[in-house]
Amino acid sequence: MTFENEHLIPGQVGQFFIVLAFIASIISAISYFTASKIQLENSEKQKWILLARTAFFIEAFSLITVFVSIFYICSHHYFEYFYAYKHASKELEPKYLLACIWEGQEGSFLLWALWHCVLGTILIFTSKKREAPIMTIVNSAQFLLVLMLLGIYVFNTRIGSSPFVLTRNELAGPIFSQPDYLSYIKDGVGLNVLLRNYWMVIHPPILFLGFASTIVPISFAYSSLSTKDWGGWVKAALPWTLFSACVLGTGIMMGGKWAYESLSFGGYWAWDPVENASLVPWLILVAGLHCMAVYNSTKNALRASYFFIILTYLFVLYSTFLTRTGILGDTSVHAFTEAGMAMNVLIGIYVIAIAIPVFFMYFKNYKSIPSIQKEEDISSREFWMFIGSLILLLSAVFIISITSLPVYNKIFGTNIADPADREFAYNKVLVLVAVIIGLLTGASQFLKYRNTGKKYLVQKLSWPLGIAIASTILLVIFYPIEYTKKGPGFLIAIYLALFASVFSLIANAFYLKSVLKWNLKAGGAAISHLGFALLIGGMLISSSNRKVISDNSKTGLFIPFSKDPTGRNDEDPMENLTLLKGVPTQMGNYTVTYMKDSASNEKDRTFYKLHFQKKDSATGEVQEDFVLSPDAYRMKNNNLTSNPGTKHYLTHDIFTYISTISVPDSESDTTTFKKHEIAIGDSIFYSKGYFVLNKIEKDPQNERFHFSPTDTALVADITVHANTGTQYKAYPALTIKNQQLNFIDDTVVSQNLYLNFSEISDHNKFKINSKEVDKLTDFITLKAYYFPYINLVWLGLVIMSCGFVVSLVSRVKASRLVTYLSVGLVLAFLFYMFLLANA
Amino acid sequence: MKTSSIIVLVAIAAAIGALLMYSVDFSTYDTIGSAKQKQGQYVHLIARLDKSKPIQYDALKDPNYLSFYAIDSLGNSTQVIYHNTKPPELEQSDRVVLKGKMEGNVFECNDILLKCPSKYKDNKQELEKSVSQY
Repeated sequence: MTFENEHLIPGQVGQFFIVLAFIASIISAISYFTASKIQLENSEKQKWILLARTAFFIEAFSLITVFVSIFYICSHHYFEYFYAYKHASKELEPKYLLACIWEGQEGSFLLWALWHCVLGTILIFTSKKREAPIMTIVNSAQFLLVLMLLGIYVFNTRIGSSPFVLTRNELAGPIFSQPDYLSYIKDGVGLNVLLRNYWMVIHPPILFLGFASTIVPISFAYSSLSTKDWGGWVKAALPWTLFSACVLGTGIMMGGKWAYESLSFGGYWAWDPVENASLVPWLILVAGLHCMAVYNSTKNALRASYFFIILTYLFVLYSTFLTRTGILGDTSVHAFTEAGMAMNVLIGIYVIAIAIPVFFMYFKNYKSIPSIQKEEDISSREFWMFIGSLILLLSAVFIISITSLPVYNKIFGTNIADPADREFAYNKVLVLVAVIIGLLTGASQFLKYRNTGKKYLVQKLSWPLGIAIASTILLVIFYPIEYTKKGPGFLIAIYLALFASVFSLIANAFYLKSVLKWNLKAGGAAISHLGFALLIGGMLISSSNRKVISDNSKTGLFIPFSKDPTGRNDEDPMENLTLLKGVPTQMGNYTVTYMKDSASNEKDRTFYKLHFQKKDSATGEVQEDFVLSPDAYRMKNNNLTSNPGTKHYLTHDIFTYISTISVPDSESDTTTFKKHEIAIGDSIFYSKGYFVLNKIEKDPQNERFHFSPTDTALVADITVHANTGTQYKAYPALTIKNQQLNFIDDTVVSQNLYLNFSEISDHNKFKINSKEVDKLTDFITLKAYYFPYINLVWLGLVIMSCGFVVSLVSRVKASRLVTYLSVGLVLAFLFYMFLLANA
Repeated sequence: MKTSSIIVLVAIAAAIGALLMYSVDFSTYDTIGSAKQKQGQYVHLIARLDKSKPIQYDALKDPNYLSFYAIDSLGNSTQVIYHNTKPPELEQSDRVVLKGKMEGNVFECNDILLKCPSKYKDNKQELEKSVSQY
């Protein structure tokens, strides 16, 4: 049977280039491996390297073509391709096109492979004599990643999963037996509404660049192990490690910012396994970074540098395994789901094939790796840096041990589950880690390599210490932490951690001032530590003093169910508050009114306008007055996905999200629309008044409608005159988007009136339909939080990342211009993304 | 102090850390039957919504009260009380993980994790259903 209207060319092109990339990666890996043998003649080596490079560039070109093909298929809505059907849809805004490519496993593996191409190209031109061994590792990883996209059958097992498979081959259904099946597939499934946020466009590429770039340090480590050139790699790999730590750290926190902005768990970090899985490699990487810095200055800690760097990559792969094999299904809210046995095996092979052999080489050569026998002095900087690295490693091990529970369960057949209070289980240990890290990052700046004079240290540290103690006391008095539900022990731990963060902040600022004399170029480490201290301090304050302001137990509004069999204690959460439309309700210090809801031009998405007002209780003067618009997608089976609305102040955020909405009872609502065909200026009567069609606007751009240039929209401007004398405005609209007609109805709630604009008829007349319903009790239930000083978290992250960049450019001895340009750009980008973009 | 002795100290710290970790009171995955044996103990129930019994939730009266019945693979059933809003996809879920404890014959739930076929695009049956709807 031949099927009609299929576009098979882009898929065939894409599939061809996947196979080509696969073959090229094998050739490149083998050639580089051959070239990396030391006993080879120089001329022969050059020949192999030339071949390997050619293969690598063919591979890079192929992968770009594959990406372009997927993009083409998704952007043209070719639903004959399963990938487009699963991830794209016609109503999806163009800005989410990239997002729907990396929503799927295949797309995100491709993204990872593409970053390897970029990194590999830079490495080819910069790594000189280490090129061959380094690129051997990069290409082996490429081989495994492309294998996951291959989708060919070997002995009836599908190896990998190709993004170019056809819907009709993947799904069974009666329509696929018809040649014109495509005309029945009206639309794709589209991007998961949870992911429809601009962070979904930015966060995955940054995070994957972070993951992909961790291959560079391990490749350097491999190059030294394979050539037995101990030590020399550290200096060359250090800028890459800094880069990796910067990008991965930023990527992780972008995930936190995204969660805060668009997910409704009310925070930026929940110790979810998927979050932990990316944090753990970062912690180990940072530990490795410190060891490498120690080696660079003192020749100590070389063995540890190898160990941490290899371990980082092992954990990157282990994280991939955790998040992509569906093993976290019961514990995580956002892991990828079951990918199928074959995929799981492939991911398993990836873990084993790269990190394990390098580890093996490390242990085999352990004895030959030079180490200094003399003990470090206890007053030396390297000693405490090493202790700090160990602390980071221990906390990483702690986190990953709890996160791996589902893995133990699978292996040992046990049924251990998360502790009752998962967040507290992590927090109670890591708050102590924060104390130690805070003290170390503060004090160790003033230590010198090899040994430090006691007098110098006391003199330098007394001021920061004094100020930190004083400010902590001031905090206790004027801005106490109110997190008492875990007892006084935990509260004291929070204060200690806060003290350590303040100390680290001030000590690093002092270091920049008194030791470096504001020579910021040399102060990368101090800047990073300062940012990290701010980040941790901000987290401690914003999480401990977060308040639920939608506390229903205080309003006394609820009518308890007569038979709540559990009774209700004071501790029971009453965090949701129901607001009736138009009825002002007291919530915390605010009077909140649910004013109206307005449809967006995105399908199923509605914005709920909430008016917040805060009055001075004595004078009645209005102190704050703002409107928040949390929104929600209501899908066809009443699934609700809500996005928070947040009011940002410099010192705090008011964060709200919708947890329930009233369901318009459309099925029992038997009233049908009354049809009217009217011209501009005509009026139509309804039971409580009349309405007038003022004008029809084409493609208006205003706060209510945002149409893209390719859409056509007609908006009816209607004034409703109620018998009571009040006037209301209504704007029903009809839009044509991708050749599909959509209606955006409007309602005048107080009149129980629905208006719909259905058609343009002849002679300049328009079909405007009206409907009156008996009852419209619109309500929403929402949760609202007060987040204090959350901006410190974002600011801390921005400073920390800039510190990494400062260190990076000074390590590669960049020119003045490059330094200012790169630091400035990173600063501007991150500052905009984290502090301005959504404010 | 010698470096090696410091490292020993750190190792001790690690041991304490390990002890700490095992002090984390992990809970367990249970069936309704075994949870009823562990009255008042925090467990994870793996069950599904009993669609034959009513779901009680009225946000207008009390947005922080949800009651429904859960049934597990062994056929045991229990009433579940959740002092929070009704997860919108509860009715569509094919599996729920309920975190909380059994109090008498009622399961007092702190958290609900839903497994919804609609959320998961990798579920072929669901995709087949939606592709054939037209």
